[in-house]
Amino acid sequence: MSRKRTEFIVQAAFTVLLLFGALVTLYPFLYMVGTSFKGATYIFKMPPELIPASPTLENFVEAWASSNFGSYFRNSLVVTAISTTMTILLGSMMAYAFARFNFFLKKPLYYLVIFFMMLPAMSLIVPQFILATQFKLVGKLSGVIVLYIAQNIPFATFLLRGFIEQLPREILEASEIDGASHWNVFWSIVLPMCKPALATAAIIASLGAWDEYVWANIVLNTAKVRTLPVAIANFQGVHVTNWGLVFAASLIAVAPIILFFIFLQKFVIKGIATGAVKG
Amino acid sequence: MTIKHRITPYVFLLPGLVFLAIWLVYPMGHSLWISLHDWKINPDEISPFVGLGNYVDTFTDSQFWRALKNTSMFALVTTIGQLILGVLVALMLNRIARGKVFFRVAYFLPVVTSWVVVSLIFRFLFNSDPSGMVNYLLVHGIKVLHSPISWLNNAETAWAAIYSLGIWKGIGFAMVILLAALQTFPEECYAAAAIDGASEWQSLRYITLPLLLPTIILVMVMLTIGAFQVYIPIALITNGGPLHRTEVVLSYMYDLAFHDLHYGSATAVSFVLAAIVFVISQAQLRLKRLSYTESVEGGA
Repeated sequence: MSRKRTEFIVQAAFTVLLLFGALVTLYPFLYMVGTSFKGATYIFKMPPELIPASPTLENFVEAWASSNFGSYFRNSLVVTAISTTMTILLGSMMAYAFARFNFFLKKPLYYLVIFFMMLPAMSLIVPQFILATQFKLVGKLSGVIVLYIAQNIPFATFLLRGFIEQLPREILEASEIDGASHWNVFWSIVLPMCKPALATAAIIASLGAWDEYVWANIVLNTAKVRTLPVAIANFQGVHVTNWGLVFAASLIAVAPIILFFIFLQKFVIKGIATGAVKG
Repeated sequence: MTIKHRITPYVFLLPGLVFLAIWLVYPMGHSLWISLHDWKINPDEISPFVGLGNYVDTFTDSQFWRALKNTSMFALVTTIGQLILGVLVALMLNRIARGKVFFRVAYFLPVVTSWVVVSLIFRFLFNSDPSGMVNYLLVHGIKVLHSPISWLNNAETAWAAIYSLGIWKGIGFAMVILLAALQTFPEECYAAAAIDGASEWQSLRYITLPLLLPTIILVMVMLTIGAFQVYIPIALITNGGPLHRTEVVLSYMYDLAFHDLHYGSATAVSFVLAAIVFVISQAQLRLKRLSYTESVEGGA
């Protein structure tokens, strides 16, 4: 009886503490959502309101229609889709080579991949920018796409190599004996079996591409080609005090990620956890 | 057959390697080359070779040392904050029967939200107006302040805002990895301890925490590496101000490169930062091996 009671108290106390923590964690989001529905004159009203008394959609209308967030959204979508697809394709091909073959320079090449996986993303930004200038990629979406592919390939390769090495050898060998070409084995046998790892790699690559700011801010220097993070940061600079508008724009960028995360939370959490333990 | 086999792996590697060679390997070498020159932006001008001059300049610049000190403090404060709160949340979450999925999603939400957006949210939360949410809660809510503070116009209070953002964003990350480790701990250990009359506190102190230590150190390494690369919150919340007092290494590097167009020094700084991060992570990983052998031997 008393053990049951202690158990009940422990459960209740922890749940209350966790609820309080969750409230603190979610409060900034709730406040952002609330503010995005406020008209400009209500932003600095005293006392501040979490839920606006007179909500309005004008910020969303203005952000989407007159501030071009529709086209920034499309730019982000293009960049994310192309760079993720290419990362997964090229990364899985490299992973297949490392997992299934022995070849000259295999070890040093793999160390190279691991080295670049761990190198801080911003550390080569100067020579990369010089390169982008020489290739005339500044001001173009392709300028960010190529770098995202290069930066995401190492992790995709690392993750998929580990996965392919654990696939049952017999299936691959049997189809090779049947005369299937290596490309066929890779394309129609290995890749379909790698779906969970491909999903993880795709999640990491697409979150990275959707949210990347520093490189995009340097390369996408004209308003038309901006991606969402660049557009939002610049938007805040222009509308310094119109936070309702800034957060409506931010929500346009964040909502797909949050929905995606809530529906696929298991995959996303696992993906980020593996992505982090990559070292 | 053999010839084909010899070529096949390279065929699979080539497209990916081309990307890596152009955008990572070549820039790496180029970066080293630039860092040894007084690099001129204009390709028609000659860039004089200066040897380690840019590195000497970096180490003798008081602004660099301030940026490094600020970055180290940010890493220290946010890593400890994220770890302590992450461990607490993971332990409680592992212990409750209902609502695990909800809490996991709630605490993880900041992790998946873009740095740009969360930086702007915190800038707004900490704005200097009396109606700024943090000011309002501190003045009218729990009444610890008499009047509102201009958080971002003063280095100490600006750091408070940036630290709290850094901690808030990463608790869920630490929690998820720690929780994954907690769930692998053998049930029998706890059952045996309970039979021997160990209290829950004792099981926590003598079973859970020692087993968790290697994972705690692993998370610590990852958080420290991440923290040393802090840039976006600084760029978007304080822009290094007031008077460069919230500058971090990467904002210092970024300004050298894209404001002063001093590519030689900027590349030198990025090598210095990469080296610092590498040394710190190696030291912490050594600590992890040490803690692992200790917990194994302690258990034997």
